[in-house]
This record gives sequence, structure tokens and C-alpha cells, in this order.
Amino acid sequence: MTNRRVFLKSGGVALLAVGFAPTFLARTAAAAGTRKKLLIAVFQRGAVDGLNMVVPHGDAGYYAARPTIAIARPGAASGAIDLDGFFGLHPRLAPLMPWWQAGHLAIVHASGSPDATRSHFDAQDYMESATPGVKSTRDGWLNRYLQARDAGQPLQAVALTTQMPRALQGRAPALAVGRIDDFAVRGTAATAAAVEASYAAAGDPALHNSAAEAFAAMRMLAARPAANAGPAPGARYPRSPFGQALQEIARLAKADVGLEIAFAESTQWDHHANEGGATGQIANRLDDFATGLAALARDLGDRMADTVIVTMSEFGRAVAQNGSGGTDHGHGNAMLVLGGAVKGGHVYGRWPGLAPEQRHDGRDLAITTDFRDVFAEVVVRHLGADAATAAAVFPGYPVRPAAFPGVL
Amino acid sequence: MVLRLTALVLIGAGLVVSGAPAVPETDRAAAHVLDRLGYGPRPGDIARVRAVGVATWIEQQLRPERIDDAALAARLAPLATLALDSRTIVQDYDRPAVEERRRRNRAPGTTAAAEPPAGDADRADERTAPTPAQVKNRQVLADLEDAKLLRAVYGERQLEAVLTDFWFNHFNVFAGKGQTRNYLTEYERDVIRPRVFGSFRDLLGATAKSPAMLFYLDNWENVDPNAARRAADARQARFSRSPRRGRVGQPGAVRPLPPAARPPRGLNENYARELLELHTLGVDGGYTQADVVAVARAFTGWTMKPREGSGFTFVAALHDRGAKTVLGHALRPGGGIEDGEQVLDLLAAHPATARLVAYKLAQRFVSDTPPPALVERAAARFLATRGDLREVVRVIVTAPEFFADDVVHGKLKTPFEFVASAVRATGAEVDRARPLAKTLRELGMPSYGCQPPTGYDDTADTWAAAGLLVSRVNFALALTANRVPGSRVPPNPGAAAAEAVAAPAFQRR
Repeated sequence: MTNRRVFLKSGGVALLAVGFAPTFLARTAAAAGTRKKLLIAVFQRGAVDGLNMVVPHGDAGYYAARPTIAIARPGAASGAIDLDGFFGLHPRLAPLMPWWQAGHLAIVHASGSPDATRSHFDAQDYMESATPGVKSTRDGWLNRYLQARDAGQPLQAVALTTQMPRALQGRAPALAVGRIDDFAVRGTAATAAAVEASYAAAGDPALHNSAAEAFAAMRMLAARPAANAGPAPGARYPRSPFGQALQEIARLAKADVGLEIAFAESTQWDHHANEGGATGQIANRLDDFATGLAALARDLGDRMADTVIVTMSEFGRAVAQNGSGGTDHGHGNAMLVLGGAVKGGHVYGRWPGLAPEQRHDGRDLAITTDFRDVFAEVVVRHLGADAATAAAVFPGYPVRPAAFPGVL
Repeated sequence: MVLRLTALVLIGAGLVVSGAPAVPETDRAAAHVLDRLGYGPRPGDIARVRAVGVATWIEQQLRPERIDDAALAARLAPLATLALDSRTIVQDYDRPAVEERRRRNRAPGTTAAAEPPAGDADRADERTAPTPAQVKNRQVLADLEDAKLLRAVYGERQLEAVLTDFWFNHFNVFAGKGQTRNYLTEYERDVIRPRVFGSFRDLLGATAKSPAMLFYLDNWENVDPNAARRAADARQARFSRSPRRGRVGQPGAVRPLPPAARPPRGLNENYARELLELHTLGVDGGYTQADVVAVARAFTGWTMKPREGSGFTFVAALHDRGAKTVLGHALRPGGGIEDGEQVLDLLAAHPATARLVAYKLAQRFVSDTPPPALVERAAARFLATRGDLREVVRVIVTAPEFFADDVVHGKLKTPFEFVASAVRATGAEVDRARPLAKTLRELGMPSYGCQPPTGYDDTADTWAAAGLLVSRVNFALALTANRVPGSRVPPNPGAAAAEAVAAPAFQRR
């Protein structure tokens, strides 16, 4: 209930900034309690440079370490968009500013994994299993959340990716599908039935289960013509794979097929060379990222009241730029949390500073918030998990509300 | 005879497997080797393997240079770019396309003025129809994708095709990263394929010096920071002295560099880290961040010139000549190109590398969770033969574990294996491979399109997902109903029917 009140209070600003019709709040209030909560996890694969995404322009160490790729201070040409006098957004994240001003976008900086690996593969694995340092974990954190509840709907969890992301792998039904429209057996009803029967009879558990999930989900989609509606007015998705994936998530959410967990990924953040600053490679990727998220939030409309979007990346990048105008693998990073009930307009987390002696290993942004505390806060305060569920989602990690960053 | 020779080799290495010869001469074993050493049986293939004998067929596949492949050569002949060198691809294909796009973007009525960022070429191109030069340039990657499918479907050197895919994936590079695409033809043809039955050290060295890898993992920009500073100072001095650009600067005053000058360059760890983690020791291979930095320093000056399509060059002036310690081994100060060579020697002979290579090969050929004893034997063979890859593969594909009941039909096919094996099983005639290459995109496995350096996964948990399964079934149904353009399934009583190719059993090999 606290969350709801906070949202309603800050919602007034949202009306002005985001331009919703005044009926937004009324409908939100009416819908509250009947609809399922939706969590949308967005993975920035390749390790986004969080220091150029959410710029610590108040830290002199930032400019000292990055002579050619730093984002200028707010007010300067192509400078950062100031958030609070110390942090600023990369100028290409401008599409997210209305959500910040409305109090629905929070940032957790200097967050990440306590494991020191600088391997993309391991660090992604640890973040998606949510067991840093433990490789033997078989399932992902989002799947464990689903497991801890009653057996759900076939479309309760959908990744808009061709391969099932690690975060959703596990016993509980989940679906990975590149495009919803491709998700149907192309043939006569008799053919589809014959295929379904052959997989149902298969003594091959992996294929048997996959097929069972697929056919159940297909039937559900076929029964929901609303899944074919286009985006809401003003929601303009980028024509990139990321933009298309987010648009598909909104379609599923609006079709009321029981979607609770959605997953999308944004790729190509591994800028070892010629990263650029306010313009260039990272700027183009951030443009795609922010335009997509802003379109999704707009498209979801009053459903944002029940939605939290959380972004993550396997690790951050070194504080200092490297010899090729890029950044090598680092440690701490920034996570974005966007949603109706989010206590936004604030950068959370203790800032460790960027002076060489303040850095992790003398080179990287140190971590002051374990990414699991962000995930756990979302699981507990947004999805409503009880203590036993939270403990199952984060094995070996004490879930303590006192350690939550406080974004919800 | 062949069997006896194999046994002698094994005795020589002290690795004899007791008991009867491991290779069973049965239809089931014939189908198994066709599935695992190749891309599955075509109509009549099992009988053909039985006729020469399963063990002999394996030996033949281990010596591809002795296998006649004229029919495949005829099918590949129309793909003209396969024979080109990188310089020609850069100068006659890539540059004209880039320049044409620039001209078009500068023309009135368009907004985008700059070259699109790496990897976004397709997106940028959607805004305008492709120009003739772009169409010509895209043929380079299209030819490679088509050739990879045609080799898998029609090539007689099946194991060579499987291993070329395996080693390309092990030393993965990505067509979507900037100029990498211009070097793929040479990379697969001249770097990977000729070495898949050679020594690991040779293959490792060839990838280290390949322009494709140098560009993809940024080592071409990895230089000694001090050397970079020296070069910048020299440039500054030249600039300051130049009478055309202004008078000599005031004492003590630093003149700005000319605007075109690049900022000073320096160390880039990207290649060094993936070399240790993915190419050799493995992520648990016992190296530290200090090792990563030392290896990066050892490879400073290993470079190429992307815009010229040049090959590998070592630029001594950009090399860090200081002392380095890699995995406890000292590299003496004053070294040049031999710093990097010594690092490669060290890594190629390391037991952790032997284990990683043995494990990955056993995972490809035997099981998602390969038997530890087999991995150990393969790793021992790697060390005993100083990384002779033919010998390591032979140990694996003639092992009793390879023919075990729970191994046969136990691997889920990757999308590429699924598509190639379906075309083979149906006896389809492929006039145009493009639609098959596009199918691979939908199935999540575009050839040359794996972005991270890890390469594609080779295990069932990745490829059994529900969405992918539906797409695989749809491809099988379309192929057998002759709804895949460019491929025609002839009426053939010996060929697999729709039900068979769409069935669960066909998803496995």
C-alpha cells in the first residue's frame, strides 16, 4: 500500500511531464489489485559503460580519467543532462527524462556483482543465476521466482529472444520466442495435431516439455486476438531488434495473457575501442536503449502502474579510458529501475568516488550495492514475494529489506 | 589394417584401451558416425559406410585431402568471392560500397551524414534501397554463408566441415563488427580450414595473426602507451616545425595537435583476455588480471591496416619492450615479436589448454557432459603429441564411450546441424542456398553472426527452447512440402518424409 500511495502522490507530476490524459490515474486506481504485477528485465549484454550512461559529473576523477570520451558537464555543449547536481544522464538518454521528472525512474549507481570476474560469460552467468561465484547453479533467478509459486500460465514468463536466457532457464514454464507472429505451426490443423502428438509421445524429456509449453502457449495466444493490436499513439519504438522485442512485450502485456515476467536484451555494449562520448558508438546504442524504453513505458500506458522495468549489465568498465579510445572490462555499474510505483527521481547507492585509491583494484568503480539487493527489492516489494520465496530466489544470500536500496 | 595401425599409435602413446576394437561394424554405428562426424545420412549413405567399413570411413574422414570432392567444387564454383583475397575485398567491394553510401547520404534530401556505426549497417541500409556497390559487397558474406551450407550438405569431406565450424566457433569472430566482415573469407579458407587436422599451436598462431581476429578483438589497436606517446611527440615536433602550418611555438608553450591527429593510443586488453579465457586456458585456467595485462603488453605492435586490407604486420616501434611475467614465466626485456610467440608457445603447451580443447571436442562429438575419463585421455593425447589435433579427434571418435548406447542419438542438433541434416535426409536439391541461410537467422544461429567471442553454445539447454522448437518444426514441414524456395525435395522412396524430419527423433543426432 505504501507503494501505491507514493505512486499516486508523484503521479500528478507524471501527467504534466509525460502527457497522459487525466483519466490515467482514475483507471490506474480502478485497475489496481485486479491485474498481475509485471516485471520486465532488460539485460545490456557486453557490459555497458555505466559511467558514460549515468555520468558522475560532480566527481573530478571522472574527467581526469577520460580525456577524450567523457561526457561534458551539464550546461556545456552536448553535456550531461543534470539529475541532482552530481549525476547526469548521457544526452542520448533524454527520452527517459520525463520519467525521471515524474518520479518514476530511479537509478542505482555503483551496483553490481561482488564477484571480481571480468569475463563477460561468467559475469552474465552469475547475474542471471543470481549466485555470484557459484557456477553450478542450474536455474535462473527469474525461473526460481516462478518455481516458488503455483504452476502458472504458459505465457507467465516470456523472453523475446531466440534462445532462452539463463535468467529464465529452469523447471518453471517459460517461453523464448523471437517474434510472436512466428510462433505457430505453419500447416493444417491436422499437421499441427500430428506434430503435437508425436512430441507428447516422445520419451525425450527436454523435447517433450518444450513442445508441451509451446503448444499450450500457442493455444492461449490464438484465443487472444488483442495480441494483434499495434502500439499506443505516441509510442514510437526504434526499428532495432531491441525496439521490436520491447514492442512484443507490450503486445503480450496488453493482451492479458497472464504475463508476469518478460525479458529482453540490448546488445553490443563492449566498447573496447572508439567508444565515443556524446556522439559515436555508445551514443548510438544509448539512443536505441532509451528510445525503446520510453516507447515501452508510453505503450504500456496505465499498465505502468503495475510494471517495473529493471535494467542490468554484467559489469561496468574501467574508470580510465584505454589506449584505443575505449574502455576495458571493469566492475561497478548503474542499474535503471522504471515503473509506476518506483520512488524515482533519485540516484540510489553510496558513491564510492573515482580517485585511484577509491577504486576497486585501483582501476574500476567499486560496488556499494549488491545487484541481488536490487533484484530482491523488486521480487519482494513489487512482485510481493514472501520471505520463503525470496530465500529460494536468492540461495545463499540473506534477503534483508534493510539492505534494499529503497527504490520501491 | 587401419585398426591395427591405430592400435600401434595408441600403444606408442601408452594409451591402449583394453579389449576388442572400439569401432563396431553395424548399421547403427554407421548412422552414428554419419551423424557425429558429419551432417547426417543422405539416402543410401549408411550402406555406403558399411561397404567400406565404419572404422575405415572414420580414417578416411581424418584424411580429407585424399577424398575426392569434385562434385562440391562444381557447386561452389559460381560463388566467385570465395577465391578473393582480403585486399581485393576491401578495395573492390567494401570501399566502393562505403563511398557510394557516403555520396548518397551527402546528397540533398537525406539527413544522415556519417557512416553508420559498426554492426548497424543493415539498419542504416533499410532507410534507402541498396546501391549497386552495396549489392555487390553483400555478396561476399552471402557467398560464405551459402558455401558453408553447401559444404555441409554436399561435401564428401564431412569431418573437415564439422571441424572447420568447430574451430571457427572456438576462435569466433563476428561479421557485424565493423571491418571484420572483409576478412572472413580469408579467415575460414586460409586460417581455419587448412589447420583443423594440424597442430593447435599452428592454428592458435594463425588466428593470432589473422586480420579478422586482430580487428574483432581490437588487438590491432593495442600499442605500448609510451610508444604511442613517443609517436605523438614526434608528430607534434613535425607539426611545430612545419613552416606551412605556423611558426615555431613559444618556449614552454604546448601547441595543440592538428585536429586530424588521433589521441594517444595505448594498451587494449580485449584480445589478451579472450586468448586466455576462451582460446586456451579456460576461465578457470589459473590466470590473474596481472597476467591479462602482461599478455596484452606482449601483443603490443601486432597489428594490421583495416582500410587497406593488409595482412598481419608487427610494428616494433609500437611494441612494449619492457620485462613481463606471464603465468610465472619471465619474458626478457628488449623483446619484439617473440614476446607474443613465447606467450603462444606457453599457452599451447599448457595442461589447462589441453583439457579445454579435449573437453570442447568431446562435448561436440560425444555428449553435453562428456565422460571425464575420455576427456582425460584426449587431453593426455594432446600433450603427448604436442597438440596434434588429428590425434586428439581420433582418440575421441574411436573411443568405446563414443559408441555407448546412451551417447548414440543423445546430442540435440544445433540449428545449423538441423537444417543441413534435414536437407541431406530428404535428398533435397539446393539450387539457391540463400533461403536456407535466412532460415538459420530465424533459428537463432546465423552463420558468422555470433556476436560474443564465446561462439555459439553446443548444448541442449540452449537449443531446446520452445520457441526454437516450433521454428525447427516449421522448417521441416516447409522443406518436405517444397515450400522452401531454392530447395526441391524429389520423390524418393529412400528419403525421409515430413513426419520423420519434423519428429522428435530427428532433433537429435
